[in-house]
Amino acid sequence: MSFDATHQKEQFKSVGTRPLRPDGVDKVTGRARYGADFNMPGQLVARVLRSPHAHARIVKIDTTRAEAVKGVKAVVTADDLPDLTNGDAALFAILDNCMARTKALYDGHAVAAVAAIDEKAAKQALKLIDVEYEVLPHVVDVDAAMAPDAPVLNDAIFTEGVTPKPDTASNVANRSEFGHGDVEAGFEAADFIVERSYKTGQTHQGYIEPHACVASCNPDGTAELWVCTQGHFVYRQNCADLLGLEVSKLRVTSSEIGGGFGGKTHVWAEPVALALSRKAGRPVKLVMSREEVFRASGPTSATSIDVKIGARKDGRITAATATLRYTSGPYPDMWAELGAMTSFACYDLENVKTVGFEVVVNRPKVAAYRAPSAPMAAFAVESAVDELAHKIGMDAVAFRIKNAAKEGTKSSYGPVYGPIGIGPTLEAAKAHPHMSAPLRENQGRGMACGFWFNFGGQTCTDLNINADGTVTLAVGTVDVGGSRASLSLIAAEELGIEYQDVKAVVADTATLGYNDMTDGSRGTFSSSMATISAARNAVEIMRQRAALMWDIPVEDIYWEDGHAKAAGSKYGNLAPLSVKDIAAESGNTGGPIAGHSELVADGAGVSFATHICDVEVDPETGSTRIVRYTVIQDAGKAVHPSYVEGQYQGGAAQGIGWALNEEYIYGDDGRLQNPGFLDYRIPVCSDLPMIDTQILEIPNPNHPYGVRGVGETSIVPPLAAIANAVSNAAGVRMSHIPMSPPRILAALKDAKG
Amino acid sequence: MVQVTLWGGLVPLADNQKTISVEAGTIRELLRKLEDRYPALSGPIKNQVAVVVDGVIYRNDWSQPLAEDAEVFLMRRLAGG
Repeated sequence: MSFDATHQKEQFKSVGTRPLRPDGVDKVTGRARYGADFNMPGQLVARVLRSPHAHARIVKIDTTRAEAVKGVKAVVTADDLPDLTNGDAALFAILDNCMARTKALYDGHAVAAVAAIDEKAAKQALKLIDVEYEVLPHVVDVDAAMAPDAPVLNDAIFTEGVTPKPDTASNVANRSEFGHGDVEAGFEAADFIVERSYKTGQTHQGYIEPHACVASCNPDGTAELWVCTQGHFVYRQNCADLLGLEVSKLRVTSSEIGGGFGGKTHVWAEPVALALSRKAGRPVKLVMSREEVFRASGPTSATSIDVKIGARKDGRITAATATLRYTSGPYPDMWAELGAMTSFACYDLENVKTVGFEVVVNRPKVAAYRAPSAPMAAFAVESAVDELAHKIGMDAVAFRIKNAAKEGTKSSYGPVYGPIGIGPTLEAAKAHPHMSAPLRENQGRGMACGFWFNFGGQTCTDLNINADGTVTLAVGTVDVGGSRASLSLIAAEELGIEYQDVKAVVADTATLGYNDMTDGSRGTFSSSMATISAARNAVEIMRQRAALMWDIPVEDIYWEDGHAKAAGSKYGNLAPLSVKDIAAESGNTGGPIAGHSELVADGAGVSFATHICDVEVDPETGSTRIVRYTVIQDAGKAVHPSYVEGQYQGGAAQGIGWALNEEYIYGDDGRLQNPGFLDYRIPVCSDLPMIDTQILEIPNPNHPYGVRGVGETSIVPPLAAIANAVSNAAGVRMSHIPMSPPRILAALKDAKG
Repeated sequence: MVQVTLWGGLVPLADNQKTISVEAGTIRELLRKLEDRYPALSGPIKNQVAVVVDGVIYRNDWSQPLAEDAEVFLMRRLAGG
């Protein structure tokens, strides 16, 4: 990478301010166009037929009667999406998830789809598709799926990561292990040990906007896709691979996005829409219902976790272990491995061991959810850490400070840490007024720490200086959290112009080079790096143009405060040239002025947070109320502090829902019982207090402005912080998420004997 | 000579070596030499690998220089939300 990403800049004019977001007016007036807001002439309506069975062999599908319905233009099954994945297991899982091939693997698995001239015809046709199923035994619970007598989902799954390799198939796809030291010796040295098992329910990201797209395949082999996604370049690649299209012939435009949180990082129904369009010869619009989103798009893992931690009387942890079992839906993945890596990442441990088991079950294919897998691991570990602190008689914050990882600590997942921010977040928590505020009857306080990796990735950006001196910034990372505002601030800062003079847009796949998607907390981190690089390239061109305008050597021109200036006194009193001055002359000094950048934004740096929570528990009903909540997290440099705070608050809000209410509930028949927001309850404004935030700014050494990703870490501590608060309020340790009123009442009843 | 530690899933593909010494000045050279020595690593290196150098995770920047005493881990590429 030729671009020097080293942290250099510490004084800012635009960065750190809080201007209005450029997409705000459109969003509050309803003009913003989301996935379902786009239409093409002659478009058809698509509907998907989904399996009512949790596990069933597809014996036969007869679409004859459906195809005869007036207005039906195409019906597709797996036969219309042949396997082009060439042995790529991850891609095959995406394909099979989009359209079941030999077996329906969960309630809601797509088995066929229809495109018709209107919804009525499409729905009528769905009813006339004859699917013959051979219903098979199913399993949805993670522990039950690991039992020796569990129904096996896939005869080709033999547990990887164990020696010798098993000779019988099972639902355990992989075992992973991390750690160092001698945990047995560590537990021998402990004065106190806490050992407990925990469970967490399966939750959905709960994005408000369902998956939606409009697909159009043309007879000449070109195709277009308008879609709600976190990464239109990745969707383009997914769809091209699955449909056998040339990448350059498929143009994907990302709509505004009403939330993704990891759930829109790979395709779910878009290849089906393209297949329908290809077969019908007309554009096809496919919009999932809320029920379909719940039943058939990726939730997070359900988990079962055992934790054991030992410590000496002085509060130093001597050993820690965790065994983590994560569901991945019906396809193997790496969710438990991520949980095993992140479990003890906050701590400086001499002896630590974590083991992860990936378990396939008859539930929807799991997708990333904001710092995927870390919140559940943190719930288990931070609950045990809290319990251990109580047992020793130490303050929960002081205990964590004593054991916190620091620069030079060998992390529980292997590498040695460079400079990290866990210590400062804990010190800030210790000093925060929230920690000493009085509590009322039935109220309890909890706190917890969280870790996430963050990453960068491939990024491409164009910056065009327009003839009037305003700037158009084209980026390829989808704006999920206000990045058009933050990237405009970055461009303004680097060029030395006003924020209002920069207009950022998310470019489609045909007009910009490849970009990885907006995930891993990378949107602002990566695209700001590319924007700085592009702006610096544009500045170089503007220096050259100024040299032509003044007829002096370019070496004698420097850039300062948004102006080209002549160095020294030999050029007399030349008035500095602004961006507007230079842009106005661009037609006669070489044509348009632009800066371009393509780079790999690596070096994102790991991220830590500490949360504090006060909860009130009603001992008669088991209901809970979040009384006060504080998020403390390192942002490196907060480009637009309001949106950093928004990320912190959003993560906490989602964590609160996860901790207290949200859960996939399956019946004995393996069918999802609550696929809607009435029965799957996410928090609304009236459920939440104002979530207080404290932004720490410890510059990331690998970003020119010191920026870190902030989008994910804030969802890691809430489950544990709230569980610790509820446990303290109720006087009984809560070990099952969500802590719904019935679970709290049951725990209280058990405690009373 | 850098010491590179493999994640558990790669160990069987590298003659059951958990830690391997490689003469390499960049991540790219390191990965190339690992593939040469253990061809079974080619698939994972192509599709799944991230490289941690002195605590910093690199998913793409294979030009990153490796110091003599660099601590290097091969990690699975992370998923993010």
